[in-house]
Amino acid sequence: MHKEAAIREPLILGHKTYHDVTEDVCKPIEDKAPRMWYILFGIALIIGLYGVGSILYLLGTGIGVWGLNKTIGWAWDITNFVWWVGIGHAGTLISAVLLLFRQKWRMAINRSAEAMTIFAVFMAGLFPLIHMGRLWVGYWTLPLPNQFGSLWVNFNSPLLWDVFAISTYLSVSLVFWYIGLIPDFATIRDRAKKPLSKKMYSILAFGWSGRAKHWNRFELVSLVLAGLATPLVFSVHSIVSFDFATSVIPGWHTTIFPPYFVAGAVFSGFAMVQTLLLVMRKAMGLEAYIHTKHVEYMNIVIMVTGSIVGVAYLTELFVSWYSGVEYESYAFINRFSGPYWWAYWSMMTCNVISPQLMWFRPLRRSLLFTFIISIVVNIGMWFERYVIIVTSLHRDYLPSAWSMHYPSHIDIAIYIGTIGLFFTFFLLFARYFPVLALNEIKTILKSSGESYKNAPDHSHDNHSNH
Amino acid sequence: MAEKVIYAMYDDDDVLKDGAKKLVAKGVKISEVFSPFPIHGIDPIIGIKNTRLGILAFIYGITGTMLATYGMRFFMVEDWPMNIGGKPNFTYLDNMLAFIPITFEFTVLCAAHGMAITYLLRNKTLPGMPAQNPDPRTTDDKFVMEIRLSENSSFSAEQLEGMIRETGMIELDQKEIK
Repeated sequence: MHKEAAIREPLILGHKTYHDVTEDVCKPIEDKAPRMWYILFGIALIIGLYGVGSILYLLGTGIGVWGLNKTIGWAWDITNFVWWVGIGHAGTLISAVLLLFRQKWRMAINRSAEAMTIFAVFMAGLFPLIHMGRLWVGYWTLPLPNQFGSLWVNFNSPLLWDVFAISTYLSVSLVFWYIGLIPDFATIRDRAKKPLSKKMYSILAFGWSGRAKHWNRFELVSLVLAGLATPLVFSVHSIVSFDFATSVIPGWHTTIFPPYFVAGAVFSGFAMVQTLLLVMRKAMGLEAYIHTKHVEYMNIVIMVTGSIVGVAYLTELFVSWYSGVEYESYAFINRFSGPYWWAYWSMMTCNVISPQLMWFRPLRRSLLFTFIISIVVNIGMWFERYVIIVTSLHRDYLPSAWSMHYPSHIDIAIYIGTIGLFFTFFLLFARYFPVLALNEIKTILKSSGESYKNAPDHSHDNHSNH
Repeated sequence: MAEKVIYAMYDDDDVLKDGAKKLVAKGVKISEVFSPFPIHGIDPIIGIKNTRLGILAFIYGITGTMLATYGMRFFMVEDWPMNIGGKPNFTYLDNMLAFIPITFEFTVLCAAHGMAITYLLRNKTLPGMPAQNPDPRTTDDKFVMEIRLSENSSFSAEQLEGMIRETGMIELDQKEIK
């Protein structure tokens, strides 16, 4: 068995047995949903449906219902796309990268973080699709021979790389998540009393029985998928950043974009995980599994990635001056002192200053403070994308083409609507799916559980060939 | 043909592992272990070979790399060479840098999905399959060892039971399975 230093804080508080872990996670699924769940679900669903209605209106009328114009051809749509993809990054980072680094604290949060990833990438995918205007010809982005001749999609274009990157990322995350869920669905299946839920969970559990050989395969598949997902995480947001970086627009044409976007994505993703988990642990009584130590670890990640983002902002400013290119330096002077100064300085305050507060131990261990900062960070990260996209476009080379972007109510409705849909999905997940990775939590109970760890007489044998 | 099977249940993974070691040392063949989570180190004790899925994942991945390379060469160089921004498209090498992202993505796509599908098929875990664990508690907090009488013909059922009882098990069950 794996030993852990006594000085490390336990990851599972209290005196839990294997059965207690099962009980704690399955109870909220088997019990009746609390009234609060219905209220939240209702609100999220109404907002989500309003968004769906707005999308349908857009599809029926055309992209003109957005506040775009000839100079600013990309605005809220792509901002929202990048924002959601970025949020999605935390889930895979937690489950894949932290698995490779053998970080055990990931086990309490990976399941819900991955669910968040999948729903966030759904929301992200919506934006380029509806931006096509004719959603039903979305399949034209795939390399299919078409009836108008032998013209293929352009494999030199980062927009096509995006199609491959996002769809690979979404489908691989989904598979990774589901393979981990199968044994936990089996646990719920074997506990289910009502015939309908028994039937549903039997289908979802794929007949999992927990044989030693299956577990052997399970562990290898998880490891290899983690190994594949790790470079995938970094590649996806790099490719998203290529959408901008390979263009010749001052403010976009920057080699720093890929690492800067990846750090920003992890930064915003962890902030969203904090927002969701701080509420979920309380509502579902999981305080013993997701506690201050987990929050602190995540805050450290937020602090590190936030600092990387801060350095990237300053590097960008410096290089725009150092390059000696007039257009390049104007793009950045315009960013912080032009008509969009408020967006730039909101971004700087939210993303550069707020994560630095995490250097203070009492602050990064305070749940309320973390919750507030997590929302501030996500607001800041939305502004970052808005600043990059809109301020780089709105002042063209020709002053006669200069323009401003004012969002229409459809812009706002679709954005708010995706937040509603995201929470609708997440609430359904929290209601019907095991929100903690049961089988993984059980493997660390003896090494990181409080009652086992601090037991005075540790009588377990240590001659295992681990 | 019906076969007699002994199921010994444990409530701790380390106890089961030690028990399995003792039984195997005496020459008992343990055919299966059911557990709610992976018991590290049980596989060599009961004679389970390491899975070869990793090799398959590599093969699927390489297949993806080759398909993507061949596909993009065909689309962009052979079938319909496009001159984009004055960049030449006469050979694959001219444009290879632009093809790397999709080659990578497609490699990961094939490796991940190929391995996941193989994993589900090999485990015979597919939607709607019936559960095969002998006791519903094995997905909660109990660990079960399966010993088949036909694979242990040198021992009688009583001898086997006697040996299992010494290993700290909590429940013993005999069943006939097909």
